[in-house]
Amino acid sequence: MSLTPTPNQFDENFLSRLDAIIARYPRSRSAIMPMLHLVQARDGYVTPEGIEVIAEKLDLTTAEVHAVASFYTQYRKTPAGEYHVGVCTNTLCAIMGGDEIFAGLENHLGIENNERTADGKVSLEHIECNAACDYAPVVMVNWEFFDNQTVASAKTLVDDLRAGKKPAPTRGPNSVPTFKEASEVLAGFNDGRANEGVQAGEPTLLGLKIAKGERK
Amino acid sequence: MTKLTPVLSAHWDEKDSHTLAGYQRHGGYNSVKKALAMDPDAVIQTVKDSGLRGRGGAGFPTGNKWGFIPQGDNKDHYLVVNADESEPGTCKDTPLLLANPHVLVEGVIIASYAIRAKHAFIYIRGEVTHVTRRLLQAIDDAYKAGFLGKNILGTGFDLELTLHIGAGAYICGEETALLDSLEGFRGQPRLRPPFPAIAGLYARPTVVNNVESIASVPAIIEKGAEWFASLGTEKSKGFTLYSLSGHVNNPGQFEAPLGITLRELLDLAGGIRTGHTLKFWTPGGSSTPIFTDAHLDTPLDYESVSAAGSMLGTKALQIFDETTCVLRAVLRWTEFYKHESCGKCTPCREGTWWLVQILRDLENGKGSEADLAKLLDLCDNLLGRSFCALGDGAASPIMSSIKYFRDEYLAHLTHGGCPFDPVASTLFASSKVGA
Repeated sequence: MSLTPTPNQFDENFLSRLDAIIARYPRSRSAIMPMLHLVQARDGYVTPEGIEVIAEKLDLTTAEVHAVASFYTQYRKTPAGEYHVGVCTNTLCAIMGGDEIFAGLENHLGIENNERTADGKVSLEHIECNAACDYAPVVMVNWEFFDNQTVASAKTLVDDLRAGKKPAPTRGPNSVPTFKEASEVLAGFNDGRANEGVQAGEPTLLGLKIAKGERK
Repeated sequence: MTKLTPVLSAHWDEKDSHTLAGYQRHGGYNSVKKALAMDPDAVIQTVKDSGLRGRGGAGFPTGNKWGFIPQGDNKDHYLVVNADESEPGTCKDTPLLLANPHVLVEGVIIASYAIRAKHAFIYIRGEVTHVTRRLLQAIDDAYKAGFLGKNILGTGFDLELTLHIGAGAYICGEETALLDSLEGFRGQPRLRPPFPAIAGLYARPTVVNNVESIASVPAIIEKGAEWFASLGTEKSKGFTLYSLSGHVNNPGQFEAPLGITLRELLDLAGGIRTGHTLKFWTPGGSSTPIFTDAHLDTPLDYESVSAAGSMLGTKALQIFDETTCVLRAVLRWTEFYKHESCGKCTPCREGTWWLVQILRDLENGKGSEADLAKLLDLCDNLLGRSFCALGDGAASPIMSSIKYFRDEYLAHLTHGGCPFDPVASTLFASSKVGA
């Protein structure tokens, strides 16, 4: 298999977006991380072709690009599911039920950590603290918040995802994006959905409401 | 009377608090107008006088950091906001940015003007898609409204603001690793000196500040340094976000003056989970040595927490009740540090690996009491001997938990494994759902 990309492998839109990323920075090399996110938006993981085109654009070797890609957990060596499900199993979420949720999903989906269901719909990963501890236990789908999960609710969630429903995150857009759509946002491209969803959940507002005498 | 002082969180309960219109309804971006009419040095002096200290963990005075940037050096200066919120237990910047990204953008403009930066960056972790959207939209809207770009508000001040999105590496919360990452390299910490104020991003003078620190600046400009300094304690001035999570009846965010106690915060959070008692807690994330019920009345300010043997850190109060096995909690944190160790220095790369092996054995009832001494010896080789604070953080939960709960470690040996039922600590245990 040749790893050398032919120009027509990448459409103009993709190539021009790579250039748009480079234009954000005073020095081109800074563009490498969003470019890797954009490759995942195209391919679902960091492909050899993606590494090559980034290297070419930034005048780096593929080894240099790969060295960066392999350092960061979110850049995948294998394709993510259409819905990448992360269960927080760092200490607080684990103790509040994250361990049970993760084990329940492994059992329910018949896959283990960092594997994907045969239909390609769902991949599963145990993730680290996602900065939502007041909503524990937390499950992320394509890095959108599904707060206050139970084993049962998490099973329903993955069933819905596999059935093609697009459930709404607790604090996020009106429907969960696919992995590729989310990766495009992480490459820094505004998908116009910022105003969807709540501005805050109840735990975020607790102190404020007490201060205003609306809650005890 | 509540001690709470909602400033950053004052309007989070309005449905459009995250929009430009929602922010401007309450005077948003008026502080930019005020600051841009001031001399940049006077802006720095105001922040110095306020006593604002870094809210990302270290507590370094923010105004002093700005003052370290050499002026008149004919070099580009940069402001970089650390929004890589990843310290276990820490969950303040994420809800802040979800509810009000514009307050950060406004703070960025003021801080950049003060340090004479023409390009600023917000480095946000890659695992929060919706927060990323909100920031992208806020930055777009600020450009359209003339608060970013060329000749801001006709003052001649130019500023570009770029959102840089990470990709899952806790180490990038360390400011020099963050800079390497932003330059397009693996996120590994740099030797200091030179400090970022002299040679930061692209080897240019750079200020790196936490989200909450920068977000606090517009209110200081609007209401004055004296107002800010009148809140809090003598050396820990102002208000801050305290995040309570875990075994409390009502977890959440509480904005209060520095110096409030856990006892007071627990009262606001509805107390420890009904029918249970406080066992241990972190004052500021997993890297800060744990506390117990003996510290309920320790004022949660920089000095008092430090005097009691821990650190205020990110004010991430993770609360655990008596159903929680401290060894399980500490092992999980240690696995995190092992996973996140960047591999640059030997004490951290190798030390965290060995710590996990020994803790796993202990959890399974294998090993002996001598392993506790071995753990402490390894910690001794991490704390203060690692290249950056990640290694210090890895040692903290182990050393502090052995100090307070040595008998519980040993109970795993006599019991032949963990004496706790993990189900009892879950939220489902009391509510009987989810099975």
